[in-house]
Amino acid sequence: MEFLRRLLSRTPAHAPAVTSVSHATRHLRYGQISDVGRVRETNQDACFAFVSCEASRRAAPDFGLFIVADGMGGHEHGEKASGLTARVIADYMADHAFLPMLSRNGHYEVETLAETLNDAIRAANAAVSDRVPNGGTTLTAAAIYGAWAYLTHVGDSRAYLVADAAMAQLTRDHSLVQRLIELKQLTPEQAAEHPHRNVLYRAVGQTDHIELDSSVVHLPPAARLLLCSDGLWSVVPEATITEIVATVSDPQQACVALAQEANAGGGPDNITAVVIHMPG
Amino acid sequence: MAESIDTQKFPGRQSMSGHDGTLKPNTILQKPLPHCRRSGHGGMGSVYQARDLRFPNVTRLVAVKEMLNVSTDPSIRETTLRNFEREANVLASLSHPAVPKIYDYFDVENRVYLVMEFIKGKDLEVIINSTPDFIKVELVHQWAVDLCDVLDYLHRQPFVFRDVKPSNIMIDQHRNVRLIDFGIAKTFQEGQKGTMIGTEGYSPPEQYKGVASPAGDIYALGATLHHILTRRDPRLEPPFSFADRPIRDYNTNVSVEFEVVVMRALAYEPEERYESAAAMKTALEQVRPVFGSSPPPARTAAPAVTSEGIRPATSFFPTSEVVPIWRFRCEDEVTSSPVVANGSVYVGCYDNGLYCLNASDGSFNWRYATDGSVASSPAVDDDVVYFGSADHNLYAVNSRNGRIVWTFPTQGAVYSSPRVALGHVFIGSEDTHLYAIKTANGRQAWRAGATGPVRSTAFVTDERVYFGCESGDFFATDLAGVIKWRFKARRAVTSSPLVHEKVVFFGSLDWHVYAVDAETGWTVWRYRTGKPVVSSPVHDDKNLYIGSADGNMYALDLGTGRDRWRFQTEGQIVGRPALRGTALYFGSTDGHVYSVDTKNGMLRWKFKTDGPVVSSPFLHEGVVYVGSLDNHVYALTA
Repeated sequence: MEFLRRLLSRTPAHAPAVTSVSHATRHLRYGQISDVGRVRETNQDACFAFVSCEASRRAAPDFGLFIVADGMGGHEHGEKASGLTARVIADYMADHAFLPMLSRNGHYEVETLAETLNDAIRAANAAVSDRVPNGGTTLTAAAIYGAWAYLTHVGDSRAYLVADAAMAQLTRDHSLVQRLIELKQLTPEQAAEHPHRNVLYRAVGQTDHIELDSSVVHLPPAARLLLCSDGLWSVVPEATITEIVATVSDPQQACVALAQEANAGGGPDNITAVVIHMPG
Repeated sequence: MAESIDTQKFPGRQSMSGHDGTLKPNTILQKPLPHCRRSGHGGMGSVYQARDLRFPNVTRLVAVKEMLNVSTDPSIRETTLRNFEREANVLASLSHPAVPKIYDYFDVENRVYLVMEFIKGKDLEVIINSTPDFIKVELVHQWAVDLCDVLDYLHRQPFVFRDVKPSNIMIDQHRNVRLIDFGIAKTFQEGQKGTMIGTEGYSPPEQYKGVASPAGDIYALGATLHHILTRRDPRLEPPFSFADRPIRDYNTNVSVEFEVVVMRALAYEPEERYESAAAMKTALEQVRPVFGSSPPPARTAAPAVTSEGIRPATSFFPTSEVVPIWRFRCEDEVTSSPVVANGSVYVGCYDNGLYCLNASDGSFNWRYATDGSVASSPAVDDDVVYFGSADHNLYAVNSRNGRIVWTFPTQGAVYSSPRVALGHVFIGSEDTHLYAIKTANGRQAWRAGATGPVRSTAFVTDERVYFGCESGDFFATDLAGVIKWRFKARRAVTSSPLVHEKVVFFGSLDWHVYAVDAETGWTVWRYRTGKPVVSSPVHDDKNLYIGSADGNMYALDLGTGRDRWRFQTEGQIVGRPALRGTALYFGSTDGHVYSVDTKNGMLRWKFKTDGPVVSSPFLHEGVVYVGSLDNHVYALTA
């Protein structure tokens, strides 16, 4: 209860972090949160994080897998679809990327991580179509290896890169209003108020063949990555998100602060965020 | 009126459960209305087939559309009802063969009913889904003309249909087009809640700003025709993406002109579409719908079909011939790639010589003879030409007079091309080493051991030297020749790497093009072609260009490796392409030198030599220099 009260209270979201711990770590760090918000009764979002850091003579680069999925469909179909998607992807990536990396002495050249991640998402798409036919989910997944982030994306959850206190959106929403913005038929402000703003044209579990947006991003030292559901980005102004992600030194505290801001803004939807700090 | 309507189920159409207060079979509406059956369901209402009991001696079938006025706010309910009545009155006044007749409307409690002509037939959505192949283009064309006719009639009332889509178009038992489900039902729809998947698919962009206009109906008709002709359901595609999916990419039975008409109806901006349904009808009547068929009889004084914004489908092969500025005959095949410096062309030949030609007229300056073929390309730096020979040596020759400066012996034939950087010449040898040799005196600074012959040309940055070898290993060394990382391709890496923004790009005989992290050797992306990749890449700010033995030149996105276009030749592409502005130049073993546009992969020109072209073209001041296995060196206007 104390946690909830803290979460829902309107205290300054990102008080200066007072800590004696050195942040000059050589490994990537992350925080994650998935909050029901203040209006919905259930949390249809799912969130997954896995990080492997090795310190040895070999000094393999850090590996991380991060997933945000925002499920849709009534009667628990939404949360089933998002949860199943996260688990299937994690399972597939463990088998086809992470374990081979460990056993191949750091060499993993048969497939690229982007290809493996896309295969994992196709497996999740098939699993959702098969087991939760009335549900669907957005999906934003990042596999990180060393300084490279392999991103794959479907729907309107988002990934942002924060570097040098500036934030860049790495994903493009597969939404009707985003298309209308691209065609200059709507301004972003009009889109935010549009009655059809929640209409997606692509999601996991909807069609046999799924079109994926994938990209490879070089992460500069000390860069920060944010994955989040629309319960965060559609409620909290981008400047506030940027400030929190760029300034809060602990990634978990940053996630808590982001969720607080979304709830302070009414918390109309489930709020999910993953914040990843690259070593500086 | 409307006291006596008997309803029945429409055969073959879906029926919903009746727990939501809809009509039960055999209901008598108002006064007597027995035998009432649900026949369809759309939006906030249902459609029933009914029998009009006012004509007891005949079975007159009518369709009764029921709409639930669900709002709990009495004033909204009243407004909704008034809107419905107004539209019903408009509808009742319409008279067109494709518009169903409206007989009556009335309301009962929270429901309103519209009594109209019953149309026997199938809607286009059902027809599309039940047809395994493409519907005949002539038939679709006829429907398109008829739909333009009825839309033009409606627009002149004026009345905007607002919801043209396959499920609202019936083909009746006489094979005539009929519009059903006029926009009335829309007044009863409520806003959606929660995230939805799937869009309306056929609606124009401006409709989402609340604009309903004749131009919107024209767009939706275009969307409907696109769906029928391509069999691609727009509700499953990104909204408004028709322009990205040209009809003829899916259905080559459709003529170019028919495609042009449909695509113009689908323009994003309403003012770029046909100015009226009548204009679109005229345009349609002028085109031959089927590809390759004879044109329709010409009509006089009709506006011509325009093709703005649509790719022309005629042949891109240019009419103008490319005539060489000059060509020079060597003693044997020219596999080497020419280099131009100081007004001279330097090129190696299978006849063991390195030639120096006058770049402007192709006249002979000098030839330096070695004891082996000179297959690789020379490098020119500071008045010295560096080149390797199959006689194991690297030669440094004065570029002006062809006199020897120094030679450096390796332990194997040299098929790799030299790279001059940081005061050194870097060159690979069949002896499985990459050598760094001081340009000043020809002494070895270091050599790095590979796991196979080195035919790839090294790429040198301020920190690293990158090169591939025939075992499939690809190496990055520091500037002292110490190996920093090794990447394993499955087959030889003969291709010469290129480094751009911390990524190394190269091809492999394992059919892939690789992009690997220049720091760690970790794969960023890879792209699989259809055959081994011996060709070396070049890049501009967007794309990587590289050929494959599958005959294609590929333009790959630098960041993701996605192919933007490919250009097919009849032979293998082995050499490195050359780039100038938006023109790309490359040879193929089909004997041609090609120039294509980097924006779209369209052919600019091609030039035929009498032998395969494995040499890489070199561009200098608007001229392309290239060798051919027909023993010639050519100078072509770029």
